Amino acid sequence: MSEANYPDDLRYHDQHDWVRLEGDEHAFFGITWYAQDSLGEVVFYDPPELGATIDKDASYAEVESVKAVSDVIAPMSGEIVEVNDVLEDAPETINGDPYGEGWLVKVRLTAPREAEGLLDAGEYRKLLEG
Amino acid sequence: MHGGTLGEGRERSVLEGGAVGGASLRPLRRAARARGRQASAVNILRPVDLRRTSLYPQHVELGAKIVPFAGWEMPVTYEGIREEHSAVRTHVGMFDVSHMGEVEVEGPGALAFLQLMLSNDVARIEVGGAQYSCLCQEDGGVIDDLFVYRLGGDRYLVVTNASNHEIDLAWLGRWSRDLDVSVRDVAERYAMLAVQGPHARAVLGRALGVELPPRMRVSPVRVGRRPALACGTGYTGEDGVELLLDPEVAPPIWAELLDAGVVPCGLGARDTLRLEVCFPLHGHELSPERNPIEAGLGWCCVESTGFLGSEVVARARAEATAERLAPFLIEGAGIPRDGNPVLVGEETVGVVTSGTFSPSLERGAGLAYVRADLAEPDTELEIDVRGKRRAARVASKPLYRKAS
Repeated sequence: MSEANYPDDLRYHDQHDWVRLEGDEHAFFGITWYAQDSLGEVVFYDPPELGATIDKDASYAEVESVKAVSDVIAPMSGEIVEVNDVLEDAPETINGDPYGEGWLVKVRLTAPREAEGLLDAGEYRKLLEG
Repeated sequence: MHGGTLGEGRERSVLEGGAVGGASLRPLRRAARARGRQASAVNILRPVDLRRTSLYPQHVELGAKIVPFAGWEMPVTYEGIREEHSAVRTHVGMFDVSHMGEVEVEGPGALAFLQLMLSNDVARIEVGGAQYSCLCQEDGGVIDDLFVYRLGGDRYLVVTNASNHEIDLAWLGRWSRDLDVSVRDVAERYAMLAVQGPHARAVLGRALGVELPPRMRVSPVRVGRRPALACGTGYTGEDGVELLLDPEVAPPIWAELLDAGVVPCGLGARDTLRLEVCFPLHGHELSPERNPIEAGLGWCCVESTGFLGSEVVARARAEATAERLAPFLIEGAGIPRDGNPVLVGEETVGVVTSGTFSPSLERGAGLAYVRADLAEPDTELEIDVRGKRRAARVASKPLYRKAS
C-alpha cells in the first residue's frame, strides 16, 4: 500500500471521502487514503445504481474488507452518472490508488454549492491529527 | 494503528467474521487521534482491564492492527489478512494465541472427573495424546469446546477459549469439589504460539532443534532452556504445531521464527482459515443454547461415558434436531456476515453464525444454522445481507479442500 497522502486539488468530507470537481456540475467521489488504510484490503465494493439519487452525509455505497463492512458517505448530493466498473473485479484498486483508478462514482451534482462546506487537504489532515 | 473500523467496542466482530452491518467509517476519527499520539494514546483509549500477551511489543513493532478481543489486546492483522491466510495455506505462519487459557487437572480422580465433564471418551487418550471435546451443561448446551492433553498418568491439561476461561474454571471447580482431583488455573504459566502451514513442522523443528510430535500428540520439549509443550494441533486445517511455552521465552522464539521466514498472522486470518475448514467458534456456532449434535460435533460425543448432558445429546442424536449447522458459499457477489438471516422464498429458515470473504475460494462463505431439511449440500438458499438478497448454496464440509 502507498504512503499516506492527501492531494491538494481535492476537497474532503470528514467521513473520509474525497471529491474531485469536474466543471460546475460534476464530480468524482472516492475514499481517502486514511479510510482505505483503516479498512484494510478491500475485497468487495457494492456500488449504487446508475441514476440513483444520493444525499450529502448519507450512505450511498459499501466497501468491505475481509473482516469489516463500511458505509461510504456522500460528501455532496447528486445523481449517479457513472460507477467505476474496474472495482467489480479488482476492488483492491481502492487500496492501491485511492485517488486515481480507485475512484468510486461520478456524480451530477444537484447542489454544487455544498462544495463550499467541504474541507481542503490541510484541514482534513488536521482532522486526522485530531 | 489501533482501533479503526475493527475496534471501538466492536471486538466481537474481529475474530468472529464481523457482524458489523451498518458500520460506517465514523470510528476512524477516534483512531486517527490515537495514531497521532502514538503509544501514549493507546493507553488513553484502552479500557484499563485489557490484558497484553508477552508478545505485545513484537506486535506493535511489526505495525499490527491491534484490537480488543476477549479481554485482551490482540493483533488482528499485520500486512493484510489475505497475505497471512495464504502464507498458512502454502508455506508457514505463526499466531500469538497466548490469550487462550490453560487449566491443569490432576489427581487419582482426574480421569473420572474429566469423563463426567467432557463429551469425548477421555479414557481413550494415551499419555502424550490429545483430544477435542465439548464441555456441556446438564441440558447439553455447550459451555466451551477445547483440547485436552494427557501429560501424565493422572495429569491433564485443558486449553480453553479466552472468553470462556473463567466460566470453565468456575464450572470445573464446582463439579470437582467432592472428587479426588485438583483443578488449577495455570494460564499465567503459558504463552501459546501456533505455528501452522505445510512447512510448519520443518521450520519449527529446525529452530528448536527437537523432534516434534505427530498430529494429535503432545510432547515435552525445551524452548530457550525452559520446559515447554509441543502439541500437534491447530485451528487452520493445515499441518502444524501449537507451542505452550514460558511467556518470557516467547519473544526470542518469535524473533527466530520471523528470521526463518515464518509470516506473523493475526486473528483475522485465524478466523478465515478456520471458517474455510468449518471449525466451529464458540460464541458463534457453539453456545450454551446449542447442543453438539446440531453443531455437527456428534463425532466428539461418546454418550456411553455418561458425561454431563449425555442424555440430551443421545436424544438429539436419535431424534435429529430441528436445525443443523450448514456450511455455504455465496454464488455471486456479496459477503455474508454473522447475524444475517437465511431465507427460502419469503420464509426465514435460519441465521448466519459466521460469515466472511474466503481468501482461498475468493467469494463469500459462511456457516449458518438452518432448518434441518435444508442443511443438505446443494440446497439453494438466500442470505439477507443488510437488505440485499444474495444467492447461496449449501456446500459440504470442508469448504476448502487442499488440491492433492
